[in-house]
Amino acid sequence: MSDDHRLRVALAQMAPALGDRQRNLEAHRGWIGKAKATGAQLLVFPELSLTGYFLKDLVPEVAITRDGPEMQELASLSGDLDLVVGAVLEEPDHRYFNASVYLSRGELRHIHRKVYLPTYGMFDEQRYLASGDRFRSFPTGYGRAGILICEDIWHLSTAYILSLQGVDLIICPSASPGRGVSTDERLGTAESYALLCRTYAQFFTTFFLYCNRVGYEDGANFWGGSMIIGPNGDLIQQEEDADEALVTATLNLGDVRHERLSNPLLRDEKLELTINELRRVWHERTREPY
Amino acid sequence: MSSAGSGMSVPANRTERAEFLPLAINPALVERILLGFIQDEVRKVGFQRVVIGLSGGVDSSLAATLAARALGPSNVKGLLMPYRLSDPRSQSDAEAVVRQLGIEHELIDISPQIDAYFARYPDAEQARRGNKMARERMTILYDHSWGWQALVLGTSNKTELLLGYGTIYGDMASAVNPIGDLYKTQVWQLSDALGVPTAIVQKAPSADLWAGQTDEVELGFQYREVDRLLYYLIERRYSIAELEREGFARPFIDVVMGKVRDSQYKRRLPVIAKLSSRTIDRDFRYPRDWGH
Repeated sequence: MSDDHRLRVALAQMAPALGDRQRNLEAHRGWIGKAKATGAQLLVFPELSLTGYFLKDLVPEVAITRDGPEMQELASLSGDLDLVVGAVLEEPDHRYFNASVYLSRGELRHIHRKVYLPTYGMFDEQRYLASGDRFRSFPTGYGRAGILICEDIWHLSTAYILSLQGVDLIICPSASPGRGVSTDERLGTAESYALLCRTYAQFFTTFFLYCNRVGYEDGANFWGGSMIIGPNGDLIQQEEDADEALVTATLNLGDVRHERLSNPLLRDEKLELTINELRRVWHERTREPY
Repeated sequence: MSSAGSGMSVPANRTERAEFLPLAINPALVERILLGFIQDEVRKVGFQRVVIGLSGGVDSSLAATLAARALGPSNVKGLLMPYRLSDPRSQSDAEAVVRQLGIEHELIDISPQIDAYFARYPDAEQARRGNKMARERMTILYDHSWGWQALVLGTSNKTELLLGYGTIYGDMASAVNPIGDLYKTQVWQLSDALGVPTAIVQKAPSADLWAGQTDEVELGFQYREVDRLLYYLIERRYSIAELEREGFARPFIDVVMGKVRDSQYKRRLPVIAKLSSRTIDRDFRYPRDWGH
């Protein structure tokens, strides 16, 4: 990757309608048009952008399949603009996944199925959805990328696993409901995400795109705050408000190399040691007969 | 830390509201979320307007203030529904809110229908009469909901919802409630910040079912005491032992926990006898905002 390699990215901080896939698809077309007008090469939609978040029993009703006409239609929208779209994916064995798909030049290139399904407090994902079982990076026209969906990033191992695959970019589509009001300027949730995303970017020396949705579902507010962060942890762009917005920035992809030269954290990472130590922990935790 | 009381202490000075930091809020942030909530939850289901019962108290004054800011004053109608024994100040305070906000309003005296009904039951006690009045007001609000094409805006705060200090299908009934996740002491903070008339924020909270009634005398404890307890009990899930270590008296803890437990039914839909494999609200689960 050359030093002058630039990538224009856009995040669609939007408010999907709950359970109305057709209306959301039309909205996606609108955002794609806006992003193209800014010269974007990659457009990221939030988690479950095609369906809305608190679906409950609507999950099977709004699902699409890998080979179905809806996926083909989405892929066809991806011409010159790479897309990350959030959808409920029904597999042939009829398990339903909270997925984000990467579409490029008319084709489906990658699927990430959310692994960590929050099922506590206000969340109930495991009641309705199956868990993904892998964190895989994938090549794009501009470098290696990986996708983590919302709660995935609350588990630090997820970004670690992607980083060891040498990703230049981590993409995090999110549907994070705001909670935790205090005297602070921002919600507690927003503070936590800002801390997580900037930490990953800086210490895994990678670009990080965080696209959160906005709007309300059953009284819960989604706080937006989408972020574009550089591999040194600096905030390149952030939408402060909880309004619909297209968040854009031009990334100098050479910054990954610059950062890894001055901060060779990835070079010095001891993968085998980590694996051996984790294996030892695993053995010790499973050694007890009961 | 002062004892939270045996449950019998009676407040005197309303201005004495030492701030409890864990429940302190950033009013600008909360206002932004609540205005967006009202706009979103009202408009996406096809409405532009709300109708709200104005009692002259702080909860309905705050809800009306939020609604007027969110939807515009001409899209908010306040209904003043006094009974002949209501404190006259309640009406004048509600009128002050109407004037300040410039919202639509209507005065409907509910005495004729309440008195006509209780002519059959002259011995009915105050609580029974109070419940009937609350439900009379509810039917009037829902009638205006139809007549004015407006959603009924709720005015119950989190403290009273948790304590069950309200009438089921009466003042607890609404389509959309912007203040149901704010404790009473937080309602005071937000009301101060949003310019609700100080006299309303400062006066003793009252259901105004009879002359001189106040919530805190009837409940037997002060809102700022119980909010502190509810914070540790509900938000932080402290055990009884931890609550006692925090300085709360055991009888007070027991009274409050009992109220929360015994009023759970008021916060739920009626219980349905299960027969099929998909029973409403048990395993037939759809979001309220289905399709919106």
